[in-house]
Amino acid sequence: MNTTRVARWLLLSIMALMLGAGWWAPCPYDRQFRDQIAAPPSQTHLLGTDSVGRDRFSRLLYGGRISLFLVPAAATLSVGIALAIALGAALAGGWRESAATALIDLFLSMPWLFLLLAVRALLPLNAAPWLSVGTTFALLGLLGWPGPARVLLAAAHVQLDTAYVLRARASGCGPLRLAIIHIAPNLAPVAWAQFWTTAPAYLLAEVNLALLGLGIAEPLPSWGSLLRELQSLSSISHQPWILVPLGVLIVTLGCSQVAWKTGDYPT
Amino acid sequence: MMRLFRLLILLSALQPAVAQWGGELRFCLRSEPRSLHPDKVDDDASELVRYLTGGVLVRVNRLTQQAEPSLAVAWKVLDGGRAIRFQLREGVRFSDGTPFTAADVVFTLETLVDPAIHSPEAEPFRDVHALAEAPCTVMVRFPGTLAGGVRLFDQVAILSRRSPLKEAATLGPFHVSEHKPGAYIRLERNPYYWRMHAGRRLPYLDAVRLDIQQNRDAELLRFRRGEIHLISRLGPDQFDELARDRTGDVKDAGITLENEFLWFNMSPAAPLPAYEKAWFNARDFRLAISHAIHRDDLCRVVYHGHAAASAGPFPSTNLFWFNRNLQPHAADAVLARRLLTGAGFRFQGDKLLDHQGHAVEFSVVTSAGNQSRERMAALIEQDLAAIGIRLRIVTLDFPSLIERVSKTSAYESCLLGLNNVDLDPDGQMNLWLSSSTHHAWNPMQKSPATPWEAEIDQLMREQASAPTPAQRKTLFDRVQQIVADQAPILYLVNPSALVAFSSRLRNVQPSVMNPRLVWNIDELYLAGATAK
Repeated sequence: MNTTRVARWLLLSIMALMLGAGWWAPCPYDRQFRDQIAAPPSQTHLLGTDSVGRDRFSRLLYGGRISLFLVPAAATLSVGIALAIALGAALAGGWRESAATALIDLFLSMPWLFLLLAVRALLPLNAAPWLSVGTTFALLGLLGWPGPARVLLAAAHVQLDTAYVLRARASGCGPLRLAIIHIAPNLAPVAWAQFWTTAPAYLLAEVNLALLGLGIAEPLPSWGSLLRELQSLSSISHQPWILVPLGVLIVTLGCSQVAWKTGDYPT
Repeated sequence: MMRLFRLLILLSALQPAVAQWGGELRFCLRSEPRSLHPDKVDDDASELVRYLTGGVLVRVNRLTQQAEPSLAVAWKVLDGGRAIRFQLREGVRFSDGTPFTAADVVFTLETLVDPAIHSPEAEPFRDVHALAEAPCTVMVRFPGTLAGGVRLFDQVAILSRRSPLKEAATLGPFHVSEHKPGAYIRLERNPYYWRMHAGRRLPYLDAVRLDIQQNRDAELLRFRRGEIHLISRLGPDQFDELARDRTGDVKDAGITLENEFLWFNMSPAAPLPAYEKAWFNARDFRLAISHAIHRDDLCRVVYHGHAAASAGPFPSTNLFWFNRNLQPHAADAVLARRLLTGAGFRFQGDKLLDHQGHAVEFSVVTSAGNQSRERMAALIEQDLAAIGIRLRIVTLDFPSLIERVSKTSAYESCLLGLNNVDLDPDGQMNLWLSSSTHHAWNPMQKSPATPWEAEIDQLMREQASAPTPAQRKTLFDRVQQIVADQAPILYLVNPSALVAFSSRLRNVQPSVMNPRLVWNIDELYLAGATAK
C-alpha cells in the first residue's frame, strides 16, 4: 500500500471517529467526574480528565466534529471568494482590477475586531451554541479572503501571459469560459496552498474569538479549546498526554497534505 | 567535648537571625500603574506603589486588622466621631529632606478633594475641615460621624506642601527613582524614613524593582529561575506546581476578603422577556439556584481546596464584621426542587418549566480569560442541569461585560468577583444602596423596589452614623442576614491568598489583605544581601 493510500485511509478513519463520536466516545463531552480532576490516562479515561473532570478522549472526538468540518468549510469559503475575485479582476483588467486591488488592501487594513464585537452585540446572549459557532466560522470565512486573493491575483496574472491563454483567446474563448475551464485549474495548486495556510489559522482564531464571547462556548469542546491548554509550559511537563490533541491535529493535517499529492489537487 | 559542641549548635540555632541591610527586592506588577500620583490611585498596581512609597497618618496592620500609629503617634476621636485630633511624629522629613509638619496634612486633605484631581479616595473627605493647630497637631472635622474612623487615613498618602518635587517627595520607606513605562519601576530607600532599628533608619532593603509582567506563566518562570523574589497572587494550579517542585516557600495565607458571586438581572428596564424577569424576581427561584450549586465542589475542583464556601459579603477573615450566624447555602437538590415547585415551576422529564410552560434557560456572563471563573461556570452549568435548568455560559471581554452589566442591562445573570479592599461595610455602600449605580441586580432605583431593599437602605444609612462599632455591627449583621434570606446575590466562594516567596526573603508574614507579602516592607530583608 503506498503512502497516499495509507494517508487517505488514516484521514478517513479519523473523520469516521469524529463523526461517530456519539458511538465511540466513552462518555458525554460535558459529564464531570468531580472525584477525578486532572486525572492521568487510565482504562476508564484513555487520555485522562481535564481540570473539571471531563473525559479528554470524549472531548477530543466531539471537538473534532466541529473543528474538522467547520474549519475546512470556512477556509474553502475564503479561498473560493479569493479565487473568484482574483480571476474576475485579472481578466477585467484596467480600472476594475485597480478597484479590486484597492478593495483587497482596504479589507486587509480594516480592524475587523469591531465588526466581531458588533456581531456579538447583535447576537442574543442566550443564542443556541450552533448559531454562535456557525456565525463565527461564517465570519471567519467571509473576512479571510483578502490575503489569499492578493496571492491568487498575482498568480492569475502569470497565467494570463502564457501561450495557452493566448491561443484560447485567439480561438474566441469568452472570459467566463477562459476563467473556469482554462485558468482556474492552473491556479488550483496556489489555491490549495492558501487553503492549508488559512485552515490552521482559523482553528486558532476560534479560540481567540471565545474571548469576545463568539465561537464555541463552554462546555462544547473544539480542538482549538483543547489546544488552549498547551499555553502553559508547566502543564505540559506534568501532563504530557495533553499534547495528544496537537498530535492528532498534526497527523490530520499531514495526512490531508499527503492524501492529495502535487498534481493531484481536488479541482 | 561533644556535649559542649552540641550545646553551642543549639544556642546558635536559638539565637534570632540578624537582619541584613541592603539588596534589591524584585517582583512583578501585573499591569502598568495608571498613575504614580498618590491621590489618583484607582488600580492595584498604582495602589501598591502608593503603599510602598506613601507615608500615612495611620496604618492598618494587615495581620491584626487594627489601626496603628504611623506618622501620627496618637489620635483622639472627638464630638461623637465628628472630629479627630492627630498628634504628629516630630522630626520627620520627606524623601528629599523637606520637613513634615501639620500644614502638609492640611494640604493633603485639600488636594484630595480638589475637583481637578478626581481622586477616588475623595468621597469620605468632602466638606472636611482640617486645621493645623500646632506644628505637630492637626484637627480634622467632618460634617457628620465618620463611620470608617481613622482607618480611612490608611489610604491617604501625605503630600509635601513645600517640596519642589511635589508628590514625588514621599514619607514612606521608598521613593520612585526610575520609571520605564511598560518595563519596570525602581524604588529606592527613603534616606529620611522615620522608622529606626538598632540606631539605623529602616528599611533594610536598598531598593525594590517592580517589573511589569502581565503573563502569569512568565512570572512563574522568572520566580523559578530566581529572577524575582516573590509572587503575591498565585492561581491554584501554579501553587500546587510550586509546592510539588519545592521552589521557594509557598503558603496558603488563609481566606481572602475577595468574593466570587453570581447575581440575576432584576432591573425592570432590562431588555428581557417578562417571564424571565418574573423568574429572577422570585425569591424562591434565586434560593433554589443557590441550593443547587455545590459550593464545596467549587472550592475543591476549581481552587484545589484553597477556598471556602461563602455565606455573605464578608468572610470569616474579616474579624470584626463577619456575621457568625450565617452559613453558606448547602447544596441540596431536593430542597431546590421543592422551592421551585412551591414557586409555580414544574418538571417535565428532566426539564424545568415555569407556570406558562417556558423552559427555564438563561445565560451567565463572565469575564473571558479568567480560568477560575470559566471553570466555576462549567460546574454551575452541570449543577443547574441536575434541577432541569439549562445554563448557557458566555465569556466576554471585561469592557463588554461591564457595558452590559452597568449600562445596557442586556444580560440575564452574571458571575463576577469583588476584591474588598476595605474591611468596613461603608466601603460597600455603593453596592447596597438601592439608588446606587453599583447596586448590582437593579441599579439606580428612584425608590426601593422591594421592602427588603428599603430595609437594607435604612440599615446601611443607620450603621454609617451609629456612634459605636458595636451598634454598627448589629445593624450590618441584619443587612447580611437579609442578603442571605433574599439571595439577590449568590455568594459562592472566598478564595485563599496563595503566595510564594524566595527562601532568601526574611521576616515575611503573609496576610490575606493587600499587599499580601510586602505589607511590612520596611521589615523585610534579603539573606546574603550586602549594603551599598
